[in-house]
Amino acid sequence: MLSLAPIKIGDWIVLLLGALGITWITITLWQGGAADKAIIRSSGKIFSEVPLSRNQIISVPGPLGISQIAIHNRQARIAADPSPRQYCVHQGWLKQAGEIAICLPNQVSVELSGKGKRYDSLNY
Amino acid sequence: MTASIIKLETTATDHHIARMAALAMGLSMLEAAIPSPLPGVKPGLANIFTLIVLTRYGWRMAAWVSLLRVLAGSLLMGSFLTPGFFLSVSGALCSITILGISQYLPARWFGPVTHSIFGAFAHVAGQLLLVYFWLIPHTGLAYLIPIFATAALLFGTVNGLIAAHYLNAPNTGSETPKLTG
Repeated sequence: MLSLAPIKIGDWIVLLLGALGITWITITLWQGGAADKAIIRSSGKIFSEVPLSRNQIISVPGPLGISQIAIHNRQARIAADPSPRQYCVHQGWLKQAGEIAICLPNQVSVELSGKGKRYDSLNY
Repeated sequence: MTASIIKLETTATDHHIARMAALAMGLSMLEAAIPSPLPGVKPGLANIFTLIVLTRYGWRMAAWVSLLRVLAGSLLMGSFLTPGFFLSVSGALCSITILGISQYLPARWFGPVTHSIFGAFAHVAGQLLLVYFWLIPHTGLAYLIPIFATAALLFGTVNGLIAAHYLNAPNTGSETPKLTG
């Protein structure tokens, strides 16, 4: 077993500062910019861009029927959709810029966007 | 044509450096078998030897051990001159540079754990800088910094503890430790 004896006071300070630094850098880098509008697409074309500041329900027509998108309290979700598996409805509220809910069968999507666009995937 | 023998003069220090680098390489090999959730996140166990050498024999020897380990290790792994090799080199260079500074911290308060954490952060910084300027010049890379930094702090602390524990162990001689085990 390793005893804690070899840790000196300075080591504890470095450890603590390191942890604080990482916490700070994580918060800074991982904070998705605040979202300020929702981009609603239907069949690949932009159906409308609405600000998140006003609570409303928007009906978007698609091949299967009407999808309802609810905007409430600076968040957005797909409230109702005719798609068989309801994945986009189950995704729930979108809060941060870059988040997106897609109803493939009905070809409707809603994406939040802010000033700084986040990445939804990185490849290397 | 006459047969010629080239004899290199080697000193006891050279042999010791080689021995320590070989041990460090052994740990690198072992570690290569450990699966990693993200390319680049590795415990860096070989640096335990760098730390021990740094504390016992000073920075010059630690730099030798570290760089030899990277060079010879890459030959064994077949990664010599691949991007991974250059990442190792840049990480090791940054790490050894920082160790050159951190070694002057008063030994009364700062032990191998501190050096290890500094070295680990420098290692990750060196690698990420090379990745950014050479492989992926994209600011999206910043998104990965917290993951690498957390790994650096965690593994840096663990390696430092192991090195400190070894250096503190009463059964090892102070000058020429038997590290054949």
